[in-house]
Amino acid sequence: MSAPPRRKQVVNLTGLLVLLALPPAAFALGEPFLISVATRIVIAALAALSLDLILGFGGMVSFGHAAFLGIGAYVVGILAHHDVESTLIPFLPGAWHGSAAALVQWPLAVLAAALFALLTGALCLRTSGVYFIMVTLAFAQMLYHFFVSLPAYGGHDGINLWQRSMVPGVDLSKDWVFYYVCLFILLAALAVFSRIVNSRFGMVLQGCKQNEARLAALGIATGRYKLAAYTLAGAIAGLAGALTANQTEFVGPSLMHWSRSGEILVMLILGGIGTLYGAVAGAATFLALEEILTSLTEHWMLFLGPILVFVVLFARRGIYGWLVGPESGDD
Amino acid sequence: MTEPILEVSGLTKFFGAVAASDVLTFAVERGSIHGLIGPNGAGKSTTIAQLSGELRPDAGRIRFAGTDISAWPVHRRAHAGLQRSYQITSLFPDFTAAENVALAVQARQGHSFRFLAPAREIPSLREPALAVLGRLGLAAKADVPASRLGHGEQRQLELAMVLATRPKMLLLDEPTAGMSRTESRRMMGILRPLKGKVTILLVEHDMDVVFALADAITVLVKGKAIITGPPADVRANENVRRAYLGNY
Ligand SMILES: Nc1ncnc2c1ncn2[C@@H]1O[C@H](COP(=O)(O)OP(=O)(O)O)[C@@H](O)[C@H]1O
Ligand SMILES: [Mg+2]
Repeated sequence: MSAPPRRKQVVNLTGLLVLLALPPAAFALGEPFLISVATRIVIAALAALSLDLILGFGGMVSFGHAAFLGIGAYVVGILAHHDVESTLIPFLPGAWHGSAAALVQWPLAVLAAALFALLTGALCLRTSGVYFIMVTLAFAQMLYHFFVSLPAYGGHDGINLWQRSMVPGVDLSKDWVFYYVCLFILLAALAVFSRIVNSRFGMVLQGCKQNEARLAALGIATGRYKLAAYTLAGAIAGLAGALTANQTEFVGPSLMHWSRSGEILVMLILGGIGTLYGAVAGAATFLALEEILTSLTEHWMLFLGPILVFVVLFARRGIYGWLVGPESGDD
Repeated sequence: MTEPILEVSGLTKFFGAVAASDVLTFAVERGSIHGLIGPNGAGKSTTIAQLSGELRPDAGRIRFAGTDISAWPVHRRAHAGLQRSYQITSLFPDFTAAENVALAVQARQGHSFRFLAPAREIPSLREPALAVLGRLGLAAKADVPASRLGHGEQRQLELAMVLATRPKMLLLDEPTAGMSRTESRRMMGILRPLKGKVTILLVEHDMDVVFALADAITVLVKGKAIITGPPADVRANENVRRAYLGNY
C-alpha cells in the first residue's frame, strides 16, 4: 500500500500522550476525580472497540453488546460475593468457591462472555440485517430480565463489591493504578485488533461486510469466520465488563439494559465505525459530553442528538475519520 | 468419450407458475466450452444459481466430477472447483484489484484462521494474485480499488478472481455483458486459451462469441433444453430457428 499516512500517526501519538499524562495532570490540577472519568472512557473505549470488530469490519450490527459487559461484570461480582461470604457458588456442578483474584475473575469473565457470544452468535448469525439487530437485542434483554429476577444476586439492586480485584504486587484500589491497568489493556487490544483486521482472517471478515455472497461463491464458509469474530468481540466486551465492575465496585442488571448497548453503538458512530481508534475518540467524546452537560441539565441527551445527527451527516467516518483526514481510508 | 464433468438431470425450479427450469437435463464434457443460450427469461441465470448452490431446485440432481453435489452448500461446491461469475459483476468494491484476487487465492489455500500476519504482505497471496492480474491485462490496475475500475475492467477482475482459485469448471453468466466490442474481443482472447484446461459453461447473449468458442451448445427455452449438440447442428436446427435464433 501507499506510504503510511503521517497525519494519522500524529493523531494517534497525541491521543496516546494525553491518555498517558492524564493522572499526573489530574493531580497537578487538583482534580483527581478526572482519573475516574478517564477510566470510564478507557473501559468504554474497550467495549466500543470490540463492537467495531464485528460492526465496522464484519458488517454485523449488534444491538446487544451490553450483554457481554454484563456477563463479565457479573462473573466478577458473583466470584467476589462468594469470596466475601465464604459460600459455595450455587447452580454449578461440583463445589466452587468464590475468588477475589483478578487472575481468576478476569479470565473467567472473558470465558463466560465468549461462551455466551458463541452460543447466541450461532443462532443470531443465521439472520442478517435488521433481524440480526433484533435477535441480538432480544438475547441481551433476556439476560437483563434473568438477572433482574435473580434474588440470590440482588435482583434489581445488584451486588455491591467490597473491594477491587486483587493483583499480586499491584494495588488496584488506587484509582491511578487501576487507570493505567485499564489503559494497558486497551492499548494491547488496539494493537492486537489492528493486526487482526489486516490479517487473512481480517480480510475475510471485511469481505463479509462488502459482499458475503461473493466470498461464499469463492469457496469460503463465511459463517464460521463471522462467528469467530463475534465470539472474540464478546470476549473483549466481557473483559470491559470485568473492568466496569471494578471501576464502579457495583454490579447490577442496568449494566446490560438495552440503552447501554445503544450507548456503545453511539460512541462508535461518533468516533468512526471501522477505524478501531475511533472507538477511543467516540468514548472520550460521549463521556466528556455527558460529564459536562449533565452538570448543566439532566436532559443532556437532548444535546447529544443534534451532535450525532451532525456527525452522521457530515463526517461519515466519525470524529476520528475527520481528525486523520480523508486520505487514510485504510489501515 | 470420457465421463462428463457435469451432469444435470431433471433439474426443476418454479417461481409460482413460471418454469425457470423444467426437468432440465444436460451434460458438459470435461475440458470443453459449453454454450448455454436462450431468449431473455429462458432460465439461464437460474440454472447457474442452482449449479452453484445459491438457489435450491425443486427437484433434480447435479453430479460434478463424479460426485453428487446436489446437497452441498455454495462454499463447498466452489471449494471443489466449481466457480462462477455473475451477470451483474460481483466484487469487493473497497478492496483493490490485487486484494480482490488475493482473497480468491486465500479461498483456494484452505482456512483463513490466521490472525496476525498482514495479509497484504504475504508473498504467497500477493504474487499469484499479481500473476493472474497480469495474464488478464490488469497489472497496471493492481492497486486501484475495484469500485474505481471501468465496467469492462471490473468484469475482467471478476474473471481474474475465479481463475485465481484454480477452478476445474467455470460457470460464466454473460461475461461480455455491457462490454464494448473491443473489450468483448479481449474477453474471448482470455477464454479461448482455457479450452482443454478448464471446463466452461458459457451463458452468452452474443451469438458471435458463442458460436466462435463453444464445442457444444444447449438451447434453453422456458426452462427446457430443446437441443444439445455441436454448434453446426444447433445452427441448422429448425426448432432453434423458430424459437430463438430468428433469421440468424
Ligand atoms: N427470484 C426470482 N423470483 C421470481 N421469479 C424469478 C426469480 N428469478 C428469476 N425469475 C424468473 O425466472 C425466469 C428465468 O429467469 P433467468 O434465469 O434470470 O433468465 P435468463 O438468465 O435466461 O434471462 C424469468 O421468467 C424470471 O422472471
Ligand atoms: Mg440471466
